[in-house]
Amino acid sequence: MILHPSLITIANSENGVKVGSKKFTESVILGEMVSQLARSGGADVRYLKELGGTRVLWNSLLRGDIDIYPEYTGTIVEEILANEKIKVDKELKSVLAAKGIIMSDPLGFNNTYAIGMKEEVAERLKIKKISDLLKYPDLKFGLTSEFMNRGDGWPSLQKRYKLPQKNVRGIDHDLAYRGLEGGGIEVIDLYSTDAEIDYYNLRALEDDLNHFSNYNAVLLYRSNLKEIEPEALNEILNLQGQISENDMIKMNALVKIDGEPESEVASDFVRKKLSITTQPKKDTFLNRLGRNTLQHLFLVVVSLSAAIIISIPLGIWAYKSEKMGKAILGVVGIIQTIPSLALLVFMIPLLGIGATPAIVALFLYSLLPIVRNTYTGLHDIPSHIRESAEALGLSAFAKLRLIELPIASRSILAGIKTSAVINVGTATLGALIGAGGYGQPILTGIRLDNISLILQGAIPAAVLALLVQGLFDLSENFIVPKGLRLKEE
Amino acid sequence: MIKLEKVSKEFGSTTALYQTTLEFLPQSTTVIIGPSGCGKSTILRLIIGLIKPDGGVVYVEGEVLDEDNLNFLRHKMGYVIQEGGLFPHLTAKENVLLMAKCLGNGRTEIEDRMVELCKLTKFPVDALDRYPVQISGGQRQRVSLMRALMLNPDILLLDEPLGALDPLVRFELQNDLREIFQRLGKTVIMVTHDIGEAGFFGDKIVLLKDGQIVQLGNITDLVNNPSDPFVTSFINAQRTRLESII
Ligand SMILES: Nc1ncnc2c1ncn2[C@@H]1O[C@H](COP(=O)(O)OP(=O)(O)OP(=O)(O)O)[C@@H](O)[C@H]1O
Ligand SMILES: [Mg+2]
Repeated sequence: MILHPSLITIANSENGVKVGSKKFTESVILGEMVSQLARSGGADVRYLKELGGTRVLWNSLLRGDIDIYPEYTGTIVEEILANEKIKVDKELKSVLAAKGIIMSDPLGFNNTYAIGMKEEVAERLKIKKISDLLKYPDLKFGLTSEFMNRGDGWPSLQKRYKLPQKNVRGIDHDLAYRGLEGGGIEVIDLYSTDAEIDYYNLRALEDDLNHFSNYNAVLLYRSNLKEIEPEALNEILNLQGQISENDMIKMNALVKIDGEPESEVASDFVRKKLSITTQPKKDTFLNRLGRNTLQHLFLVVVSLSAAIIISIPLGIWAYKSEKMGKAILGVVGIIQTIPSLALLVFMIPLLGIGATPAIVALFLYSLLPIVRNTYTGLHDIPSHIRESAEALGLSAFAKLRLIELPIASRSILAGIKTSAVINVGTATLGALIGAGGYGQPILTGIRLDNISLILQGAIPAAVLALLVQGLFDLSENFIVPKGLRLKEE
Repeated sequence: MIKLEKVSKEFGSTTALYQTTLEFLPQSTTVIIGPSGCGKSTILRLIIGLIKPDGGVVYVEGEVLDEDNLNFLRHKMGYVIQEGGLFPHLTAKENVLLMAKCLGNGRTEIEDRMVELCKLTKFPVDALDRYPVQISGGQRQRVSLMRALMLNPDILLLDEPLGALDPLVRFELQNDLREIFQRLGKTVIMVTHDIGEAGFFGDKIVLLKDGQIVQLGNITDLVNNPSDPFVTSFINAQRTRLESII
């Protein structure tokens, strides 16, 4: 198998810029701009997009698995540095600096919670600010459950503005937009840069009492980026103060609603606004499929091989020693109960992001079926056969090699097959921590609500699972001794 | 020479064998007989070292059986387990040759021995490459026997080698076996619960009941001088129904 060097691991190499982004469109676009600008500044760029959440990105940044990613001031204060209880925004820079992280100046837009209405309704009622809502106690609200439950969500907003409305329903985000269209709902919560603001022609009301915290977009980067790639950093920082809320809404809409690729949208913006020409990377379907397949196979092959090499001896050990058997089966059983997403995230502080932690997690998941089937396969050998082997005077090793393992081979193989199929499916989660594979188009598809993209990941993954299963079914003819296969005829 | 000296064996709360001393003379055939669960297999398993005695000592070839000499002594014993115990993933031939190959015995020597054994046990040579599921029950018993005889052991331990066979095959195999024993001059210990078979084979018969020896002697002793009413009832129970009807 030929492995692309970048598959091996995300090396903490001295040169180049490793850019990260979160798994929502705005972050992916910003990451795309940063990548293109860094490239135009002459740096080698590796863009790890759609990583699974704030914690993943922050920890990767601290470890140096990525050098830079877009973040929001509100998230930094309330989530990342929640324990530091930062009061003034000014403190923020120095607290971050102490951790070796630099925060850029704001990029220009504030992506905060907002209260929105249809433009025409707001216009008719002359509502510009949230305070204006006081005059209309009969307005119908449809709010997401997240917003209902947040500390700065509905209850505190209502208290702050003394809002009189009683007709407030919890509702799914997508349904909320449709409700607005149909007129069943007049007021919803949204993010101030949502693409839908443009699409549905909404008005985000001014937060005149400053209830919502600021979620100013900034770039967080490692302080050594200045020394390693000064020119690239200079290029990147051109973005400071350049992206308005309207710009961001437009770009989000271009991607989410018009289906344009993030790379093109980012490149257009940079060219128009900063007069910098960048090269968006073209990504064809086949290109993507090839890359994802390679990455996915790499994850599966390495983790499964390692699991086979370790699990079979563990299963044998469990069979030979009753005490160890209980311990071994107990431990691998417990590993299996850890939710896969949690396991992946546990790996990050230890192994960073990329293929390595994904492989370790997949390896751990593949243990149980093989260990257990090896153990039961050996354990279920009829005692008269085991005793015959012993009575012949075979050494323990010869007995294992010539009698016990061949007889247990079918069961062991079935265990490996189960592991392999689970492994192929679970590996799609690897995309969340930057390991790529078929999970990548699935993530993008979910983000863009694009079924065709989801299928570009889901179908190959299913095909691969079937192939793997077929391969193992075939291999049974070579691995399971003929005498054991005869019974079925 | 094989000897049990004050050997006893328990499984949990059941005593499979009470303290027993028993000697098996070289080149003689001893038959162990008794009702189901009386401890017949237990004696064989103690001799081949599959289980360890709770008390007493087992001697094989004059040596105390222990971990160190276990496999060495096992190569001097051929054992046919009650259920046959053929390895299902190996052909008849592979089953027979397994141990000899592991010991690195010469190829031609092994092949010659194989042919010899087929003749001896009347096993069809062209069935050698079949798997255990592909041959008849009687043929399986013959393969088990060939496997036990392969290394030309001085001692043969046979646990109901003719169980589960139809009367004709059984009759035929009984004749073949007795001929083999006589020709080869082995020390044979054989388990059965058929009194006719015991009389047919045994120079000496050991009658067991509930883990204890009830009587030890040849078939005429057992019939004419029973040491216990149990001996008589055991023998009479086995006189064929046919006799009582006709
Ligand atoms: N591994 C074991 N664990 C518990 N009890 C056992 C075990 N092996 C044998 N026994 C018991 O020891 C006693 C003697 O068993 P053994 O196998 O020697 O009987 P047997 O005379 O060979 O019977 P059969 O004619 O049915 O084969 C029986 O009561 C049996 O249940
Ligand atoms: Mg028995």
